[in-house]
Amino acid sequence: MRKDIMTANRAVAEAVKLAKPQVVPVYPITPQTTISEYLAQFVADGDLDAEYIRVESEHSAMSATLGASQAGVRAFTATSSQGLLYMHEVVYAAAGMRAPIVMADANRAISSPLNIWNDQQDSIVERDAGWIQIYVESAQEAFDSIIMGYKIAENENVLLPLMVCLDGFILTHTVEPVEIPEESEVDEFLPPYAPDHAFLDPATPMSLGTLADPAYYTEARFDMNKALMDSASVIEEVGAEFGEKFGRKYGLIETYKCEDADIILVAMGSLCGTLRAMVDQFRENGDKVGMLRVRSYRPFPYEEINEVIGDAKLAVLDKNVLFGIGGSLYADIKAKCDTNEIYSFVLGLGGRDITPEYIEEVLEITKNPQDKEVYWIGLKGDA
Amino acid sequence: MVSIGCVIKDPGSTRNNKTGSWRTFKPILDKDKCVDCDNCILFCPEGCVDKEHDIDYDYCKGCGICKVECPVKAIEMIRE
Repeated sequence: MRKDIMTANRAVAEAVKLAKPQVVPVYPITPQTTISEYLAQFVADGDLDAEYIRVESEHSAMSATLGASQAGVRAFTATSSQGLLYMHEVVYAAAGMRAPIVMADANRAISSPLNIWNDQQDSIVERDAGWIQIYVESAQEAFDSIIMGYKIAENENVLLPLMVCLDGFILTHTVEPVEIPEESEVDEFLPPYAPDHAFLDPATPMSLGTLADPAYYTEARFDMNKALMDSASVIEEVGAEFGEKFGRKYGLIETYKCEDADIILVAMGSLCGTLRAMVDQFRENGDKVGMLRVRSYRPFPYEEINEVIGDAKLAVLDKNVLFGIGGSLYADIKAKCDTNEIYSFVLGLGGRDITPEYIEEVLEITKNPQDKEVYWIGLKGDA
Repeated sequence: MVSIGCVIKDPGSTRNNKTGSWRTFKPILDKDKCVDCDNCILFCPEGCVDKEHDIDYDYCKGCGICKVECPVKAIEMIRE
């Protein structure tokens, strides 16, 4: 084991190197991240024995990644923002063809207006594709989630692609200490990919990406839904096994001081680091506040959330917006959980810093709400 | 239920889907007029015309290309 200071991009690339995908197709130009640059270096230096394909677009990047996966090998790609949107069509195909791809998405806003900064709208767009979506809080968790990601995605009860969502700039461009385990330890945890559900092999011919007429399509979608729901227990099992082996345990959600909380702040990704500090500050001032981090957004862990929230008021902070609805996390919790009072806070869009003052405003509104549920925080002018 | 990812592991099983039911017009060959040019065999997109110029109605979709390509107008399209 070694410990280095690195960005989350570098952490993802280091994890990919240890996960040993055999094919890495990436579109290497904007909005690509340095993940692809590090991987190119690893391949050029002989540190990663993979076919590195520089494709002509993200649509092709996901197509080539899907093709590689269906040829029976482990495959990886990375993207961000508009790149993910350009992949959109094949993102859905990858889930439908049950390809256990792992992809890193550096969360960034989408156009228009043109904006290259952080929010989570890009991956929220893909939430219904049938992928598992994991939102990480730190570079270390980004590293760990890639390693766990393949083990989850390739589980015979899952066989769905998995997206590791890491906040652009906040995680991808800042450095922090990251533990990198020994190659042999990762090899023990993550054996080579050996598919038998969908792969090209002349000895056992099969047709992939087939047509399913009305007599079959519903069943195919039902199976995907079941696999995604079943993946919840696999995420927990793999997270526990990872914890035993590497000392960091992961689940579907993470809670902080929720046991006696009157108000629970709910969010995803790096924002939760800020919220943890704010919870401590609020408690010093006598407000019983807790924090609930949704780590697995798909599958959506509504049962686990239900167990935590009790009668607490919920303030759900979303770095995305479903126009006319509020934040997506708010909408899902409202739809699937037994909530008492719940408020949606849309904030941090297009890279707007989420300051302690904003969180104080969130708390104030949750304590004394106006006659509505959805609030945009930090708006300038008369809104 | 379907297989995972809707893969098909039985080669050639597409023959199970008899596409002849899609047909609105049926090609009928008058073999007395036929000059054995084999255009219908070559142009049929479904490979439904055999060497004896017999048409496989289990799979012929009735596209009518054979009729168009027949130089002696030996094929007629009859409504099903």
